[in-house]
Amino acid sequence: MSTTTIILVVGVLVVLAAVYISWRAGRLDRLHIRLELARESLDAALVRRAAVCLELAGSRILDPATSLVLAAAAHEARTAGPDEREHAESDLSNTLRAVIDQERFHERMAESPDGKALWDELHAAVAKVLYSRRFYNNSVGVTRTAQRRWLARTLRLAGRTEYPKFFEIDDVPPQAMAAE
Amino acid sequence: MTAMGRTMRIGIVCPYTWEVPGGVQAHIRDLAEALARDGHQVWVMAPAAEDADLPPYVTSAGRAVPVPYNGSVARLAFGFLSAARVRRWIKEGAFDVLHVHEPAVPSVGLLACWVARGPIVATFHASYRRSRAMSVAGPMLQSALEKITGRIAVSDAARKTLVEHVGGDAVLIPNGVTVGRYEQAEPLPGWGPGGGVIGFLGRMDEPRKGLPVLLEAFALLAAKRPDVRLLIAGPGDEDEVYEQVPAEYRDRVGVLGLVSEEDKIRAYHSVDVFCAPNLGGESFGIVLTEAMSAGAPILASDIPAFRRVLGDGQAGVLFPTGDARALARAADELLDDPERRAKLAVEARQAVLKYDWSTVARDVVRVYETVVGEVPVLVEDERAEDGAR
Repeated sequence: MSTTTIILVVGVLVVLAAVYISWRAGRLDRLHIRLELARESLDAALVRRAAVCLELAGSRILDPATSLVLAAAAHEARTAGPDEREHAESDLSNTLRAVIDQERFHERMAESPDGKALWDELHAAVAKVLYSRRFYNNSVGVTRTAQRRWLARTLRLAGRTEYPKFFEIDDVPPQAMAAE
Repeated sequence: MTAMGRTMRIGIVCPYTWEVPGGVQAHIRDLAEALARDGHQVWVMAPAAEDADLPPYVTSAGRAVPVPYNGSVARLAFGFLSAARVRRWIKEGAFDVLHVHEPAVPSVGLLACWVARGPIVATFHASYRRSRAMSVAGPMLQSALEKITGRIAVSDAARKTLVEHVGGDAVLIPNGVTVGRYEQAEPLPGWGPGGGVIGFLGRMDEPRKGLPVLLEAFALLAAKRPDVRLLIAGPGDEDEVYEQVPAEYRDRVGVLGLVSEEDKIRAYHSVDVFCAPNLGGESFGIVLTEAMSAGAPILASDIPAFRRVLGDGQAGVLFPTGDARALARAADELLDDPERRAKLAVEARQAVLKYDWSTVARDVVRVYETVVGEVPVLVEDERAEDGAR
């Protein structure tokens, strides 16, 4: 084998490796973008749920004790720092179940036109928290696997991106909303 | 025409589950019983489990639900069903006065303010911070709280939060002591007056309760008196306490830890001198008044609250706060002087009557009398129509 052939083979291998690496890096980058979008949509869903809860609490449809319990939980969820967020959002899910799974709650709300609209909005907000969290955690799972790959770790393809964390909360919806 | 001097129909609303032990529940039970002893007709509404064994004067507002509230999980009764039960209870009770406890807590008390109209008295127990939640639910909460005609705070702290956060003022009527409950008890086995026993009751790991001062004094005293022993009861770490006692005296110290109500009373009857070495912060010496009811000779630090309860030293000996040597000296003298101890016990039992529930209940009745009119408490008719029948 001549020197030229060796150089050629090595050159082809280098090119192939470079193409492969950049393809992996590009994939990781796309995963990161998807993860970020999923995170944003989860954030939006959580903020939206808290906002609807606050509106319901202030709507005079409920008795003041229920309003206060709901408003307190929604407020905690909305203002929680990153470390307390999962806890506060779980608390809000918990409170929502206690509030909505009262006897004849849906009927009471449906009696007023505002109540009907709020019920629908809340129902949608609760469902979207459930969906967006599922999608976000999926995205976290895939990104984690990609980041843990030997090549990604050795060549630091993830750059300075943090190792993504799952968002673990209790988001079981109230029975009245799950059954529909 | 006023309600002066006549007996009243009183409806009391408790926000927390009746059968679960708690300060507010105990307060309401003692108040209701003291009012009944004075001839008033008293009814109580409180959340309770379906199968709870309730006294005849208590009506259930339904089951309380555990919900996260203000940083912990609280068991509260709220919602249309509870509101309906409160309405019915008020309608049928035709009370001269409605006495709501903790009306700012989202439970039956707040619901009662919401559905009722007429003479309403409210007692504030806890000190709480104003949360944004309260301003969000504000208009509703405010209109319910504004119906309260007479406000009572059980402590300076509760009164201060009320003034700062809700606005307006309140009269201060502290918790009472049921003196009779503490008068008689058997000493704990192995302990008892006549053996040079000094007693302490309170959180062992809370420095403001002053246990370290007492332990230091005990070491001084133990060196001088071979008979002196120390009986300690209250929550905290036992080993930490023993570490502060010189090894040769450790067998003369008994640490009971957290005790039952019954054993607490027996502990008060197991001592020759009851010591309250607090460094400050007590707005009302509940432990002190209990020990006084039991007739234990008291040795307490000279903080304003204790000085007041002990009638400037008439009903108990005061020593300079935080001074272990002075404590040791005073205890030494007291242990040598059975006559003085007997006299202090008599004085203490006399002085504590001022804090007995019968006295406190009469103060509360004076508040009722200032707000009561000719019309009983009625239910609001607009909104909140009777839902769950």
